[in-house]
Amino acid sequence: MATFISSTRSETGVLATNKLIRNTYTLLSMTLLFSAFTAAISVFLQMPPMTYLLSVGGAFLLMWLVLPKTANSASGLGVVFAITGLLGFALGPILSMYLSLSNGPQIIATALGGTGVIFLGLSGYALTTRRDFSFLGGFLFVGLLVVFGAALLNIFLAVPAMSLALSAAIVMLMSGFILFDTSRMVNGGVDNYIIATVQLYMNIFNLFISLLHLLGFASNND
Amino acid sequence: MDDMWMKIGSAVLLGAMIALLLPRARHMIQNSPAAESGDWRAFLLPIAAVAGFVALLMWLV
Repeated sequence: MATFISSTRSETGVLATNKLIRNTYTLLSMTLLFSAFTAAISVFLQMPPMTYLLSVGGAFLLMWLVLPKTANSASGLGVVFAITGLLGFALGPILSMYLSLSNGPQIIATALGGTGVIFLGLSGYALTTRRDFSFLGGFLFVGLLVVFGAALLNIFLAVPAMSLALSAAIVMLMSGFILFDTSRMVNGGVDNYIIATVQLYMNIFNLFISLLHLLGFASNND
Repeated sequence: MDDMWMKIGSAVLLGAMIALLLPRARHMIQNSPAAESGDWRAFLLPIAAVAGFVALLMWLV
């Protein structure tokens, strides 16, 4: 009897995890499509560079102040689309700048494809091995703080090599966060698909921008 | 002038992110489980693959 109850509980746990993963990836696909749409609008409207700052600022305000209060209700879905829509819109001025280069479309397509390959590869690795990467938490958050501190310093120093090194560090950190966040879904660290979607979306967003920067630099150096 | 406002805005945004991340980082440092044997290797292998892949993309583009 005890074995039967324990087996039923573990089956319920597996079903709940599978449902969380399915819901997260479905919502993630929808938000990525939506942000591609808002990015296209932003490029079409030729939005000025300040758009990036204002949209990212707005998205972060929603993420820190509104999302925690709405993540357990249906209105959380609207907040997720507002956040990802704003972040997509923020990409407009950056994409417009790259599109004005002779090989800009190629750089953007390579960064997009590269981001997709890295995300699918790392997510697939974390999902199939089901390894617990929660030990990375402290390391990744301290790494992120160091990178943000260095980026803050570089706003005023404007050293191109440092900016490049920061982009490379962000690619590595976001790769670590993809493993960390995916393993938290599998191993019970997170049980809300709206929060899980926003975390994975942020990893993809930062990965794409940093990869775009690295590829833009490599292309200019040819 | 626009450039200066961009710098000020970016600095404010980054400063806010650092301030909001600090407590989370402190919590993570105190509560993250210790790595077990083979954990770092399982992390570093895919990260090395990502580094190689990005280097390949930079070479190809």
